Amino acid sequence: MDKLAKIFISAIIGLGVIATTVNAADQSTDKAPDFTLKSNSGDNMRLAEQRGNVVMLNFWASWCGPCKQEMPLLDELHKRYSRAGFTIIGVNVERDPEDAKRVLRDIPVSFPVLFDTESSVSKAYDVSAMPTTVMIDRDGKIRHLHKGFKPGYENEYRKQIKQLIRE
Amino acid sequence: MGVIDWTSHVARRTSHAKTTILCRSGFSPSRLLMHGKLFDGLKADLQRTEQKRATCDVRRATIQTVLCSLLLALLSFSATAATLPEDRLDIMYHAYKGGGATIDGPSVLVRKKFADKISVRGNYYTDFVSSASIDVIATASAYEEERTEFSGGIDYLHNKTTMSLNVTSSSENDYDAQTVGFSISQDFFGDLTTLALGYSVGSDTVRRRDDDVFEEEVDRQQFSITLTQIITPKLVASLGVESIVDEGFLNNPYRQYRFLDATETRGFSYALEQYPGTRNSDAVALRGLYYLPWHASVKGEYRRFADSWGIEADSVEFGYTHPWKHGLTFEAKLRHYKQDQADFYSDLFAFQGSQNFLARDKELSTFTSNTIGIGVSYELPNKLWGLAEKSTVNLFWDRIAFDYDNFRDVTATGFNPGEEPLYSFDADVIRLFLSVWY
Amino acid sequence: MTNLKRTAIALATLLTLGGCSSIEPWVKPYERQYLASDIMQFDRDPVASGYLHHVFQSREGARGAEGGSGGGCGCN
Repeated sequence: MDKLAKIFISAIIGLGVIATTVNAADQSTDKAPDFTLKSNSGDNMRLAEQRGNVVMLNFWASWCGPCKQEMPLLDELHKRYSRAGFTIIGVNVERDPEDAKRVLRDIPVSFPVLFDTESSVSKAYDVSAMPTTVMIDRDGKIRHLHKGFKPGYENEYRKQIKQLIRE
Repeated sequence: MGVIDWTSHVARRTSHAKTTILCRSGFSPSRLLMHGKLFDGLKADLQRTEQKRATCDVRRATIQTVLCSLLLALLSFSATAATLPEDRLDIMYHAYKGGGATIDGPSVLVRKKFADKISVRGNYYTDFVSSASIDVIATASAYEEERTEFSGGIDYLHNKTTMSLNVTSSSENDYDAQTVGFSISQDFFGDLTTLALGYSVGSDTVRRRDDDVFEEEVDRQQFSITLTQIITPKLVASLGVESIVDEGFLNNPYRQYRFLDATETRGFSYALEQYPGTRNSDAVALRGLYYLPWHASVKGEYRRFADSWGIEADSVEFGYTHPWKHGLTFEAKLRHYKQDQADFYSDLFAFQGSQNFLARDKELSTFTSNTIGIGVSYELPNKLWGLAEKSTVNLFWDRIAFDYDNFRDVTATGFNPGEEPLYSFDADVIRLFLSVWY
Repeated sequence: MTNLKRTAIALATLLTLGGCSSIEPWVKPYERQYLASDIMQFDRDPVASGYLHHVFQSREGARGAEGGSGGGCGCN
């Protein structure tokens, strides 16, 4: 009994103690893979056309609470910095875009949203968390990567956008 | 009665060899392995003790491997957030009617999150029982009673770990039960896998309505492990194991067994039941849930059960859920359950006190139960004037048919003892509830 | 070898594999649309399923492993 209790307790402590730090931002200088996808306006959109602009790719899903939470904040960032050579591109990762369109009716955004119904772009960017946000500089290089969203991340986004715009 | 004695035999030997202590302790996960009946058909007879000791050591090592592997696995997970249950209010009316018993009442469940770190849960549940079931009319008079249960819990989320503390307190005029439980759940492997461990202890007090002096205790321990695994983007499966150990007064203090008695004109008499003082049970369940292309889901479930009283049971269940237009979702379900009797069960014993333990509860007999269930949920369109994110009204109806293989209907007259027709009855279960997500 | 032992070993293997990085989680976060659906929860209505478990528990010999907690979506 004692021994089992010890194992059980150590397992619990193990579970509790092993807490990883949040992987908020990775530095990277890889080239952002190019892609073309259909957007919510009905037109196709290609990433390479945005060369010269700072681009924030935001992978999201309708079932993802934090994604919807950050959506209005992203919209604010887009409105504020789009005149300075910045754009957000939303990439909805779902196979069936109907749910995404419903979310966009509830939370309208001014930036374009693309539908990655075949998951080809999600694969190319190796999206491993929901949401995933990728900051691409004017030269088309991936500079920052954010996995997940928690309130306060928007300040980090703003800092990085400002810095990339100035380059 | 090897199986019954096995439990006490194990308890007696606990103090001897320390090496096998893990295999014998009450709530040990390796106890899951002890009921050879469940998994390898071994009878728990005393001659094989040595062999058991050897396998126990191997099994202990296996359990340790599992735990160590788990810890290793935890080191590798990446960071995204697990979530707490949603804020939700459920108000339910429940009713059971069948076999001469009517039981109904309300149940209310509230859940509220704080700062996405803590979720608090409270549940109030009441039963009003009005019973003239066959057990009652055979040996006593119909009765009415009320049971009230309060339970509360707190979940704490840290990264991918959820820790929960739960307390439950239930009371009737002749039975009180308190339970405290702790569980921990961890997401890992890209959130494809969830492992949950649970442990709870309970203490019950048994009384008799007609006897102020009578008071007995029951101690309970429960241990569970559940592994949930996403297998494909459309399939999720779960494997759960749960062991329960009860010690104390486990009888229903009113229930009586039947024995042949030539001095009675009807040919039999009744006497108070005698149960063993220990019960160890293990259940293992495998479930699967699959998404169908037309936006519907099917669920399958198999459960195997065995306990130290010699009861073995299997159940299989299939469910189908189909969202329709206008916020309607339909559900259908089939369930089949079959069990073999407890070793000390008999419909009719040869004479009074013919063995150490005697019971004639139909719950311990050999029987099958078949359930067919349907349900409908309706999502209210107006979101309760902006107060709620979502709200639904739900109605579920289940029809259960119980067919006993060796429990006879003693209310049938004109039969020799032991030749009465076998008992069977149907029950209807209604659940009507409002759910509000806020 | 008993069934349970086999299960335990399979479980240990699975967990060990989970612990080494050679096997990647094969269902990606962007493939969770169906799993996130309401109808893909083992226990959609805890108050209702809890009651039904209670109904069966008090009339059948078997108890335990009814399920009722733990979803696997890992959504949000």
